[in-house]
Amino acid sequence: MYKYDEYDHAMVAARVAEFSDQVKRRLAGEITEDQFKPLRLMNGLYLQLHAYMLRVAVPYGTLDSRQMRMLAHIARKYDRDYGHFTTRQNIQYNWIKLEDAPAILADLASVEMHAIQTSGNCIRNISSDQWAGAAADEITDPRPWAELLRQWSSFHPEFSYLPRKFKIAVIAAEEDRAAMRLHDIGIQIVEKDGAHGAAFYVGGGMGRTPMIAPLIKDFVPLDDLLSYTEACLRVYNRYGRRDNIYKARIKILIHELGADEYRRQVEEEFSHVKSLGIDPPKAEFDRIAAQFAMPPLDASAPDAIDRSDPDFAVWVDQNVAAHKVPGHAIVNISLKPVGGIPGDASSAQIDVMADLAERYSHDELRVTHAQNIVLPHVRKADLYAIWQALDAAGLATPNLDLISDIIACPGLDYCSLANARSIPVAQKIATRFSDLGRQKELGELKLKISGCINACGHHHAGHIGILGVDRKGTENYQLLLGGSGAEDVSLGTITGPGFDEDGIVDAIERVTDKYLAERSEGERFVDTFRRVGMAPFKEAIYG
Amino acid sequence: MVEHIHSDGEEPCVTLDAFLEQSNATAVRLESDEDARALIPFLDRLKLIEVAFPKFRDGRGYSSARILREAGFTGELRAQGDVLVDQIAYMKRCGFDSFAPEKSLNPADVEAALTRWPEHYQTAADGAVPIWKLRHG
Repeated sequence: MYKYDEYDHAMVAARVAEFSDQVKRRLAGEITEDQFKPLRLMNGLYLQLHAYMLRVAVPYGTLDSRQMRMLAHIARKYDRDYGHFTTRQNIQYNWIKLEDAPAILADLASVEMHAIQTSGNCIRNISSDQWAGAAADEITDPRPWAELLRQWSSFHPEFSYLPRKFKIAVIAAEEDRAAMRLHDIGIQIVEKDGAHGAAFYVGGGMGRTPMIAPLIKDFVPLDDLLSYTEACLRVYNRYGRRDNIYKARIKILIHELGADEYRRQVEEEFSHVKSLGIDPPKAEFDRIAAQFAMPPLDASAPDAIDRSDPDFAVWVDQNVAAHKVPGHAIVNISLKPVGGIPGDASSAQIDVMADLAERYSHDELRVTHAQNIVLPHVRKADLYAIWQALDAAGLATPNLDLISDIIACPGLDYCSLANARSIPVAQKIATRFSDLGRQKELGELKLKISGCINACGHHHAGHIGILGVDRKGTENYQLLLGGSGAEDVSLGTITGPGFDEDGIVDAIERVTDKYLAERSEGERFVDTFRRVGMAPFKEAIYG
Repeated sequence: MVEHIHSDGEEPCVTLDAFLEQSNATAVRLESDEDARALIPFLDRLKLIEVAFPKFRDGRGYSSARILREAGFTGELRAQGDVLVDQIAYMKRCGFDSFAPEKSLNPADVEAALTRWPEHYQTAADGAVPIWKLRHG
């Protein structure tokens, strides 16, 4: 994985110094909260319902054991002994004191980490495929492209006061594990005439106006990657709406202009920007790519797995995925135990995962947008030992992509924007469907919960989505069906009137019962929904 | 590059519309929603372009400045309005060389802000050599 050189270290150190100074001026009353807000946000610090929340960047979701242990250390020393992994492959801490923030950032900097641009109206942490570099189906590792974009976007002088936040995802496989087309820019690395280039999908997003990004350019060569991105951003910075925060994302600009007109403006800007010499030479890409080289895996490692322990076999079938090197596998660690808080891990659990990565996964871990953790490079022969260690730490829940593998935002338990709680709903659903046989019978079923229309819990992209709203002072939950954040991307449709907290759990059960009654051989829930449409489900829910 | 906090007492800027109509002025003010490219035919006779920042959150002026510098403007490029000490390093990178903040800035803070960054990751309008070029000579 990428290692900082002297320049990267110096840049992060400068940022820590800058923010320490800003905090000092804020605490001394020299700058107002209004002036401080965008500065703290660009350093990942939000003021939430009960305390400051610090969001730490995990670039493209990749980290090593030393970094993972630092995340545990921060949870232990500065927070309440746990952290929350997010849908942007980051981690956030919910109980931070403002005066501790500079020290935390300094601790992070010591392990090549930071909270830079994890919030604010700037280019956010670049996200990617959590199986990058290991997936059997990728054409190349997308992370060198993401790292190139990370450096270009860090402290970008022109694009730090955009109309609104800006999220970029990079993938390199046909299977989309990063919700690529629901980003402001989604990049898919593709191959043409033996060379790799970037397909640009621009103007996707969730929030209150969900949109699937249209294809703006089918092949941007590596040599033009940054200048093309710069052109996309410049058009947005100049013409994106600033009169209404709810219409300020690039998806609205592209929707209002039309994809063709936006493309024309980007192409015109690109023909100018390309002359400015902003694209690094191939040697810089090669320098970065070399650091993402596959670790030395033994391709002659035994392929067989001893499945004699039935609980282990269940976990292998559900949570272990194919690796591109024989004898190896990708381990997906579920942070969704029944009754737990989706995405939360205690500092002790974080340490366990760090230890396992160091011992068994060539020192690498990944955070997934579904709020789980991945050990990407594991020998099949080590799976049993890993499973035992995970099981002992409460981390062996075999529910990847099943109904209890729920994405949920922090909701009204923490978030100052939320209208309703998400966590208790997730817990009740997971408890209702806790029987593993029943979950496996339902098969792949992506359930996603947001506590307000900002859609941090990706409810539009859930096979089953739940949106918490405030209705005359009480929490009310709307149900959506048929969304997907994967390569079969689609937006969910609201079923009808909403439900209270228990009612939504009952409604989901009626929906899943209907699916079991309607499905054809081999159909996932979302396939059945697409085939039969909303009507039978509506009938089942509302009678 | 000139780095100074602007002080008043010079030819006032005309609006973009007024400039495009009479165009013998040498100083023009560009509002944040006006197209910097409208000035490109006239850059060689302009001494000063003042770019408005009505709110510090309005970042359009950063693009305006770069566009003007990229088109070869060598006169004074001034950021005026809600210009805060925490923005001026980025403004300088985008090509601004003078600042007219509505609320005066502490000179020591300005000095710290402008000297904080050892290097830069990306090419901008200040002529700084980006880190990738330093890496590869």
